[in-house]
Amino acid sequence: MRHLLNIYRLGIKELRSLWHDKVLLIMIVWAFSGGIYTAATATSQELHNAPIALVDQDRSVLSGRLAAAFYGPYFKMPDIITPDRVDPALDRGEYTFVLDIPPDFERDVLAGEAPAIQLNIDATRMSQAFVGAGYIQNIVQGEVSEFVQHRRDGAVSPVSLVPTVKFNPNLTSAWFGSVMEIINNITMLSVILTGAALIREREHGTLEHLLVMPLGAAEIMLAKVWSMALVVWVAAGLSLVLVVQRALGVPVSGSVALFMAGAMLQLLASTSLGIFMGTLARNMPQLGLLMILVILPLEMLSGGMTPRESMPGPVQDIMLLAPTTHFVSLAQAVLYRGAGLDVVWPSLLATAAIALALFLASLALFRRSIASAG
Amino acid sequence: MDAPVARLSGVSLQYGDTRALDDITLDLPSGCMVGLIGPDGVGKSSLLALVSGVRRIREGRVEVLGGDMADRRHRARACPRIAYMPQGLGRNLYMTLSVFENIDFFGRLFGHAHAERASRIAELLDSTGLTPFRDRPAGKLSGGMKQKLGLCCALIHDPDLLILDEPTTGVDPLSRRQFWQLIDRIRARRPGMSVLVSSAYMGEAAGFDWLVAMDAGRVLASGSPADLMARTGTADLDAAFIGLLPAEKRRGHQALVVPPRAAGGDGPAIVAEGLTMRFGEFTAVDHVDFQIGRGEIFGFLGSNGCGKTTTMKMLTGLLPPTEGRALLFGREVDARDMDTRRRVGFMTQAFSLYGELSVLQNLVLHAQLFHLPAADIPARVQALVERFDLAAYRDDTAADLPLGIRQRLSLAVAVIHAPDMLILDEPTSGVDPVARDEFWRLLVELSRRDGVTIFVSTHFMNEGERCDRISLMHAGRVLASDTPAALIEARGAASLEEAFISWLEEATGEGATGPGAPQPPVEPVANPVRAGAAGRAMPEVPAAFSLRRLLAYARREWLEVLRDPVRLTFALLGSVILTTILGYGISFDVEDLRFAVLDHDRSPESRTYIESVSGSRYFLEQPPLRDAADLDRRMQTGELSVAFEIPPDFGRDLRRGQSVEVGVWIDGAMPFRGETTLGYVQGVHLGVLQRLALEAGVGSGALVTLEQRYRYNQDFKSLYAMVPAVIPLMLVFIPSILMAVGVVREKELGSITNLYATPVTRLEFLLGKQLPYVGVSMLSFFGLVVLAVYGFDVPLKGSLATLSLAALIFVTATTGLGLLMSSFARTQIAALAATAVITLLVTVSFSGLTSPTSSLEGAGAWLGTFFPATYFLNISRGVFTKALELRDLWRDFAALAAFVPVLTLLSVRLLKKQED
Repeated sequence: MRHLLNIYRLGIKELRSLWHDKVLLIMIVWAFSGGIYTAATATSQELHNAPIALVDQDRSVLSGRLAAAFYGPYFKMPDIITPDRVDPALDRGEYTFVLDIPPDFERDVLAGEAPAIQLNIDATRMSQAFVGAGYIQNIVQGEVSEFVQHRRDGAVSPVSLVPTVKFNPNLTSAWFGSVMEIINNITMLSVILTGAALIREREHGTLEHLLVMPLGAAEIMLAKVWSMALVVWVAAGLSLVLVVQRALGVPVSGSVALFMAGAMLQLLASTSLGIFMGTLARNMPQLGLLMILVILPLEMLSGGMTPRESMPGPVQDIMLLAPTTHFVSLAQAVLYRGAGLDVVWPSLLATAAIALALFLASLALFRRSIASAG
Repeated sequence: MDAPVARLSGVSLQYGDTRALDDITLDLPSGCMVGLIGPDGVGKSSLLALVSGVRRIREGRVEVLGGDMADRRHRARACPRIAYMPQGLGRNLYMTLSVFENIDFFGRLFGHAHAERASRIAELLDSTGLTPFRDRPAGKLSGGMKQKLGLCCALIHDPDLLILDEPTTGVDPLSRRQFWQLIDRIRARRPGMSVLVSSAYMGEAAGFDWLVAMDAGRVLASGSPADLMARTGTADLDAAFIGLLPAEKRRGHQALVVPPRAAGGDGPAIVAEGLTMRFGEFTAVDHVDFQIGRGEIFGFLGSNGCGKTTTMKMLTGLLPPTEGRALLFGREVDARDMDTRRRVGFMTQAFSLYGELSVLQNLVLHAQLFHLPAADIPARVQALVERFDLAAYRDDTAADLPLGIRQRLSLAVAVIHAPDMLILDEPTSGVDPVARDEFWRLLVELSRRDGVTIFVSTHFMNEGERCDRISLMHAGRVLASDTPAALIEARGAASLEEAFISWLEEATGEGATGPGAPQPPVEPVANPVRAGAAGRAMPEVPAAFSLRRLLAYARREWLEVLRDPVRLTFALLGSVILTTILGYGISFDVEDLRFAVLDHDRSPESRTYIESVSGSRYFLEQPPLRDAADLDRRMQTGELSVAFEIPPDFGRDLRRGQSVEVGVWIDGAMPFRGETTLGYVQGVHLGVLQRLALEAGVGSGALVTLEQRYRYNQDFKSLYAMVPAVIPLMLVFIPSILMAVGVVREKELGSITNLYATPVTRLEFLLGKQLPYVGVSMLSFFGLVVLAVYGFDVPLKGSLATLSLAALIFVTATTGLGLLMSSFARTQIAALAATAVITLLVTVSFSGLTSPTSSLEGAGAWLGTFFPATYFLNISRGVFTKALELRDLWRDFAALAAFVPVLTLLSVRLLKKQED
């Protein structure tokens, strides 16, 4: 009881201190409001204004129709260029795509000879090149077959594909980006807040003061963990409801409560990590440098940015030890695919286990550090 | 007396709400030792900073060495004749640099050639007795030695005006005496030199020629020490100072009398037996023994770093001793023993209060943490507020309190639980004499009335005299321990200070004149340059640009980076570690998509269809689906990314030439992957159609074929595209952060003063600091290229020379960007966060890393155009993947190069040569 009371009171003190740190407060508010909104709306991996050029060696009706088939917002208006300009223009990076229509193209199409169009892709522009090539393929096929049907009542292809995209029918990247940004911010802010709370206490000499009072290391650490986790937890919950669901209009299919339960476990893990790093670093600048080297990998490699299965095997295995990996998979299952506890319990369990291990490790390190250096 | 060395008229200075200097008009005589006296925070430091030209003059006129210090040209001329040593032990020194390297750096700043530097340094080291410590890092010197080193650095250029801001605060009395003897010797050699000193020790100020007593930004009085004492009718300066204070400050102040302690008590309260603490090789506390009786005030007297704090930490259980033991109330100190902790109150040097909590909140929090009964807390807090006279400040936050009040609050917090024992670590440093007496009155009351045992450390001798018994401490050892009177008597000394010095001399084996052999008599200086300089007229304005000064900064920064493991690791390995992560992390390759089929038909045709899908390298077949519910569930868990549904009678309808539909479900949770998956599915489907058409013998089925030529990256692997793009990202991110932190660090640690106080120009300072980081960044660039080529197997198709040239220009620009950022940031952590966020955001979103700049519009396009990474990204991709040469890329090179002068000039404009 006495311990719980200590933890509660020290935690309240942390909250009061945070309230007076306006810079951190603004950072939290921004990260979970404007930050989410910008991340969701700005960084789109969809095709947008892709620069394209056409080499029209046919100058037929069909080639003219192809040139007119590319327009915004996916493509810029195509430039018509001469064949000798293809290589220099691509070298200079003026276009991502150059479509080369051969002479007698229309005649060959109508003759059923299936002529080839060459599509030059600047494959160094990854996302645009990947997605754009597929679009161009469809546009070209569509235009040509429409043209042909018009002219000769051609056969319809026998088997048609009816694709249905589940969970995000229009593949809107804001749906994905907004929630992943919340997850990233949960990890980043909780680490920063707890790490900074510990360093601040050390720099102001109040840590020593706590240690000469009848308080244990576990109490001091738990107080920081619960208070900072609570702040981030509440902010994340509000952000999910107000920013993601209301402002951005992203439909959340699963249970928000289940997601928030997972977030609580993730916060236990990340605040413990914050204590761990706050113990290793001797001052704020060191904490900052350390943070860059730890947070970025956690965010990049846990499956929140790019799919895990396209990472090398060893990376996937190592990242199984990171709490974020399990939390990201839990969040994606719950929020996008509407999964319930019956589906996500393994992720929940893994997050809890890692959180506990991290907490105990940090506690041990924290104890040792205050024993050796005061 | 000659013309005054400095004349101030109507000088005021305001920091926010506090008026640091209030309409000061004052002439400081030249050719003698002028002392500014008064407690912390009365404006002494501000005044010295104005006179030295370090701080910008806001109001009033300051004339130094016969010219107006507001005039930039006069400052440039006067600056080489002034030496300024800021407050704080070694605040303008570089702690990781050795003694020699520190002085050498200053020598270079003042443009001395190698031979001249060597002879001057040897002479200075010799006269200060630092020669044996020539190669020791400044951070490992004792406080007294740090101050001597600071003096060496200040004196390297033979100044006419030496300004020392509290040079002896926190230094042991012997070192203090040696320091003043050193100053005297220097003055004897250079009789024309004026010395301007501030001090909080009234005792040493008695030896100065002329004093200025200050309080609350105003001059109380000025004149010779004898003058001041005569004016107030007092016998010592401490009393004279109090006598000079305005009446309202003095009110209620009376000389402190310590009533004798009633003997008695049962057994000692604190016992230390052979207490020893070693940190590695270093012995901080060496077999310390003492016994403190109950209700006694026991003092620990010694300089900073002599082991007082460490001893106290061992007594509180914060540090377990390496050897020996400590007993509190007869029980051995044990960190886990919560009961003992409840009987002890502790006050650390830093007045460890929660600055952001109010006075009441601080008191209540501590009361709660000591588990005072909830009902008793309000009464107890109220009692303490009254007793410690805090009523007027109840709701003020602790950080806003004046130092003296904060100290009282700190004591109130320490006694909230009515402990039997108080351990106070330098509780009075920096507090004015009146507040100090008030504080002691409270201590005496606690001891004599409440019987609290008080263990206090201090470096003020007159506080030591108030203790019942004291221990004199030096270098981890107790030199002597007894009542103050007995200690003075034992040495036959006139004062406690003299007695302490006598013990110190015995302990260190040093004579009064300094280390080693008696100091040689002052010799006339043989160096003709210096002899000529002694009676010099106003010298020329120093050169506007000096490569030597620039290189001095570059060299020093380089040494510092080499000796800071965290920064060095980050600089050299940070980019390699992050690139490895990003190379694997940002992958647009979509492979091994798990799919399953719900086959309602099970005909040869449907099997053909499925085989074509599973034959593709992008798809991995999973066990077939049982029904629609199975499909939903397995997609929900994320097990399947794609599901196909083949309708009943698929084969039959196909054979009849009827059109049939194949349903496909794609996991769109991750939109980019969904998009790509859709593309793959369509491609595979097209393949199936052609195959079916061929089998049916109805031509190829296709009207047109699209030959996709993936230029520059034939395998279309995202690694090949990512790595050349990540290199620019790393080279903007890390160098700019390092640079920004490098400059702001000097602001935070105080060594930026050397920019203000020496002839180094802003351009030299900035370029000098930039040079090492350009070097380190180039090293890290080559590391990245090696990682790309050998680690990721990304071929470098173009020439390494072209790429390296571009990288060199680029890191010069990005370190320049860091310089620019540093002019906005005040703390290292702010510099770090702002630089990281801005460089990452602009580089990733607007420089063509993810989508090409030609796709951007509006503000994004504008940002991209004015950011160097845009151009280097083009070059890096061009050289890596397209084998382009300088002649193909000259536009990007030109744009990149244009950033260098622009960023540098902007930074120079924004950097201040004076403190604001």
